[in-house]
Amino acid sequence: MRNRFSQKRLSQLSLQMRKTMIQMGYDCGTSAHFGGGLSMVESLAVLYDCILKYDVKNKQLADRDRFILSKGHGVLGFYAALYTFGLIGKNQIKSFQQNESEFIAHPIMDLNYGIESSNGSLGHGLSLGIGIALAARLKKKHYRTFVMLGDGECNEGSVWEAVMCAAHFKLNNLVAIVDRNKMQNDGISKDVMEFHSIERSWKSFGWDVISINGHDLKALHDSLKPEKSLTKPRVIIANTIKGRGVSFMEGVPSWHHGKLTEQTYQQAIKELNSESKI
Amino acid sequence: MNLKFNKSSANLWSKLGSRATYGQAMLSIAKERNEILAMSADLGNSSGLAPFIRNYPKQFINVGIAEQNMIGVASGLAKEGFMPYVSSFAPFLSMRASEQIRMELGYMKFNVRVVALGSGLSMSFLGNSHYGLEDVAIMRAIPNITIVSPADCMEIVKVIHASVSHDGPMYIRLTGAVNNPPVYFDDYSFKIGKAIQLKKGTDISIIATGSMVHHSLKAAEILELKGLSCDVINMHTLKPIDVAALKKSFNRKKLVVTVEEHTIIGGLGSAVSDFKAMINDFTPQLSIGLPDKFGKTAEYNHLLKIHKLTGSSIAQTINRKIKKLA
Repeated sequence: MRNRFSQKRLSQLSLQMRKTMIQMGYDCGTSAHFGGGLSMVESLAVLYDCILKYDVKNKQLADRDRFILSKGHGVLGFYAALYTFGLIGKNQIKSFQQNESEFIAHPIMDLNYGIESSNGSLGHGLSLGIGIALAARLKKKHYRTFVMLGDGECNEGSVWEAVMCAAHFKLNNLVAIVDRNKMQNDGISKDVMEFHSIERSWKSFGWDVISINGHDLKALHDSLKPEKSLTKPRVIIANTIKGRGVSFMEGVPSWHHGKLTEQTYQQAIKELNSESKI
Repeated sequence: MNLKFNKSSANLWSKLGSRATYGQAMLSIAKERNEILAMSADLGNSSGLAPFIRNYPKQFINVGIAEQNMIGVASGLAKEGFMPYVSSFAPFLSMRASEQIRMELGYMKFNVRVVALGSGLSMSFLGNSHYGLEDVAIMRAIPNITIVSPADCMEIVKVIHASVSHDGPMYIRLTGAVNNPPVYFDDYSFKIGKAIQLKKGTDISIIATGSMVHHSLKAAEILELKGLSCDVINMHTLKPIDVAALKKSFNRKKLVVTVEEHTIIGGLGSAVSDFKAMINDFTPQLSIGLPDKFGKTAEYNHLLKIHKLTGSSIAQTINRKIKKLA
């Protein structure tokens, strides 16, 4: 896409994505991962609108930038982005979590839909991203690789094997985004497994670390755009609010995976509609 | 580098052992094929890759002691058209990185070749932590992974050569240590998935894999002297198993025997009995392999003796079973 940064446009796109997510989550008739999908909406909006190189008419473009959703449960946000930016259509959205659908609670690799990898098990995506970024270097290609992780996911030891490895290979064509919504399946992260300083940890492994408000579109744009002087991989610690955009989901651990009733669905849509009038 | 498949190569590779032969085989496929990569988790030299690293330093990637990451990185490279061969000791790949193998190789089918060194008992005094006792059982349960266990060093070279044109992930299980007894002394036709009948017989069907092919041939020689005629099948590909070869060999036999340097749970013996059950073949089966326990540590050949995995012990076990059946 690669549009120029526009606060207004990106705000509208983010809102549109949230509405799509609520609709999909409600229509599927079962529980879905809302919290961790809603928290990363702005990151995805900026990536797909302004940063990632891709072509909806040629989804397997050799030089496309690669995006890996390592936190696979954030899929509602991912599908909403793919839909909003024309990589998947209404039929795919409607099939979300329907029997035998390919659009389920975690991504299933399909390059025809812009889905680079199958995920669901945490702690895999960054290693895969390293391989993809190394391949670009070996083939002298200029695409960039982006990997979205969760802060809960960073409990996994395999993440740190990968963090060490990417820094060792000085992969300046690799960007990790940690959606730091400070919650995970069992509750508040500091209660489940406290991370004393996620920024210091990545930095000490040799990464370029930028810590920002993960809902700040301009800050996201500035940290995601290519930087030629970079000699190491970059991680963006995107500090976010889990369930962002729907008041009763914001900061409520149980909305990590929950089910919308008719009433809560109406309330969520009403809130999002009223925001679009502002 | 052109390798010759003849007696002198067979003897040389046997002397070098499984790991160094793997290194030689890698050296022979890497020339002018930039997409072929050798990867290691800090066991490059132990994988026999020193000559490869010297000759093709840009095609070697060391990820440090991190097998899970190695499978992920290899998968990313495979996704973009490279053909990575990752090697480490069998348990560190098949168990430490088992879930990465399941997701990236089984589920996403990335073209990675997992080369499991020192499978079985060949790690000798390094002990049970390093023995590959259960790897086939684990790998067999994961869909889409082709499992191959070469019978000797010449077959290691054959497998590596065949793997270059194979589509899909592979688990290549190297058994044996140095001075591996050769099974093959001349060139022969090798095809992944196609078992090789080494001996024809009428009474007993012996299905063997990896290091146990040689010992099974020895056992068949001994049994022959006792008037028992044996088929000996080199079942180098454990998955997908060559069902046509199995069916043919079962025909009118008194006993089906499987021989493997692997726990009797989940390996070749289980694969054969699964197939027998599927086709309602009621020929009695004897599964020879390692017991379901962590045993003593010793020098490799000593371990083969105490686990009764030498030619004479295998013959004895089969003979005893035949007598019971009579």
